[in-house]
Amino acid sequence: MHTEPVIEACDLVKQYKGITAVAGVDFQVCRGECFGLLGPNGAGKSSTVKMIYCFSPVTGGTIKVLGMDVREQPRQIKARLGVVAQENNLDPELTVMQNLLSYAGFYGIPPDAARQRAQELLNFFELADRAGQKVDTLSGGMKRKLTIARGLINNPDILILDEPTTGLDPQARHMVWQRLNNLRDRGVTLLLTTHYLDEAHQLCDRLVIMYGGKILEQGTPHELVAKHIGSEVVEVGRGSAEAGSIIGQVAQLIRGHLVVGDILYLYPVDGRELMRELGRLRLTRLSLRPGTLEDVFLKLTGKGLGEV
Amino acid sequence: MFRLVDIAPPLVWQVFRRNFTVYRRTWMVSMSFNFIEPLLYLAAMGIGLGGYVSSMEGMPYLNFLAPGLTVSSAMFAAAYECTYGSYVRMEYQKIYDAIIATPASAGDVVLGDMLWGSFKSLLYGSVILLVILVLGLVQSPWALLVPPVLWLAGLTFAAMSMAWIGLVPNIDSFNYYFSLIVTPLFLLSGIFFPLTGLAAPVLAIAWFSPLYHAVQVVRSLVNGNVSPALWGDVLWLAVATLVLVPLALRLMHKLLVK
Repeated sequence: MHTEPVIEACDLVKQYKGITAVAGVDFQVCRGECFGLLGPNGAGKSSTVKMIYCFSPVTGGTIKVLGMDVREQPRQIKARLGVVAQENNLDPELTVMQNLLSYAGFYGIPPDAARQRAQELLNFFELADRAGQKVDTLSGGMKRKLTIARGLINNPDILILDEPTTGLDPQARHMVWQRLNNLRDRGVTLLLTTHYLDEAHQLCDRLVIMYGGKILEQGTPHELVAKHIGSEVVEVGRGSAEAGSIIGQVAQLIRGHLVVGDILYLYPVDGRELMRELGRLRLTRLSLRPGTLEDVFLKLTGKGLGEV
Repeated sequence: MFRLVDIAPPLVWQVFRRNFTVYRRTWMVSMSFNFIEPLLYLAAMGIGLGGYVSSMEGMPYLNFLAPGLTVSSAMFAAAYECTYGSYVRMEYQKIYDAIIATPASAGDVVLGDMLWGSFKSLLYGSVILLVILVLGLVQSPWALLVPPVLWLAGLTFAAMSMAWIGLVPNIDSFNYYFSLIVTPLFLLSGIFFPLTGLAAPVLAIAWFSPLYHAVQVVRSLVNGNVSPALWGDVLWLAVATLVLVPLALRLMHKLLVK
């Protein structure tokens, strides 16, 4: 279904003043999918998307967006993208409607068409009653929605979102996710960066896990969990018990394991059976839960997303 | 340094238009404040000091002083706009970043902001020109040519100020810009007294002041005292602008495109 690539990054490198932020990554984003760059802060996600939307020059390698090279046709590429940057950069001196209209001018959209498009977007994002207000009067969630609306003013082929829900309260996050899911259903290609696993899980058809400027793994969320973890995880608070001895006693029942601090993660062949066996070993701090992307990330890096 | 920067005029215009949209809401307040300072100088120096000075270069002191204040007003307008104004848009409001994510380039944004600064010079200087016209201090219809000169000088100051941001991108540095560059220019460019009496080295330094050349032209136009020699001053301003605008664009490009 998703075949035609709209973004192709090939051995992409970004260095700032001798520091390597992106160390040679390859990926492709296909038309109509929601593609995620998942990783902790400093993984190189923002640097990667800034090169895609022609904001930062490429140090090495190539990116083609909609078949055009970012080094050669930045204006043509930018005309067909929508960008929602990580920092809130709405124009605080303009009203909600003026923010959209002012932006429309940069895409050469005629005033009447711009006004109509802006009104549609305000309706879609439930901001129509705020049209005449200054941006300062909006809540964090509304500002985010307006920033996304602004990114859609030119009807882009691809919408790029850098950490779309960072700093939002849970309710606002769900509101934004809902809108992004709607957009994806309408066929808008989405490229987003996030360090939230639940966000990646909720939204992304496919994703790459980035760490230290490199891509560690890529696939659908389901594939990644199935490949590295399996369907379930047992967490063992081992206290003073030796991880090695626990592992040794259940080796037949697990596909893999990971020790992080005093927690032992076991990836069982059959979760219930492993739980029974661990109960016999008189381990009490046990929990059985479904495997997640966080487990994949932990296994690949030895660290949680929050601790890097 | 003078390599051509990527510029798309329609998008430069959009940047200008964005600033204009914002300004339309506050122009009354900002313009009235801009009024006050030159008028205070005109009253304090022109009338106060003028009471002790019988004539300056063969004219009443008020007539000598007034044209220069239209130009200094223009200079301050561009200097404030393209330091504090532009820096706040770039660094705190992130408006430059937002615009560069559209088809506009960094050059479009910076050039648009400089043209906006020069427009404010034109506007604020012309308002003072109107005031001195009402006060009966404009002697000649040649004064109709003052606004284009104010605009050209304004673009020079806008580019100079933007280049300063490119060199020292820090809001505290603008204090130094004003006390080390703008205020000395204001005092030593022949607005308050003719430079002819000064020592040769001081004169040589004054020659490098854009304000000096603009004041020469504007005073001559206002007083109807025109001569072909004024083309020299206009040429000086034109050349300075042609050097400073690309310089500012290059320096800002380095700052914005990382």
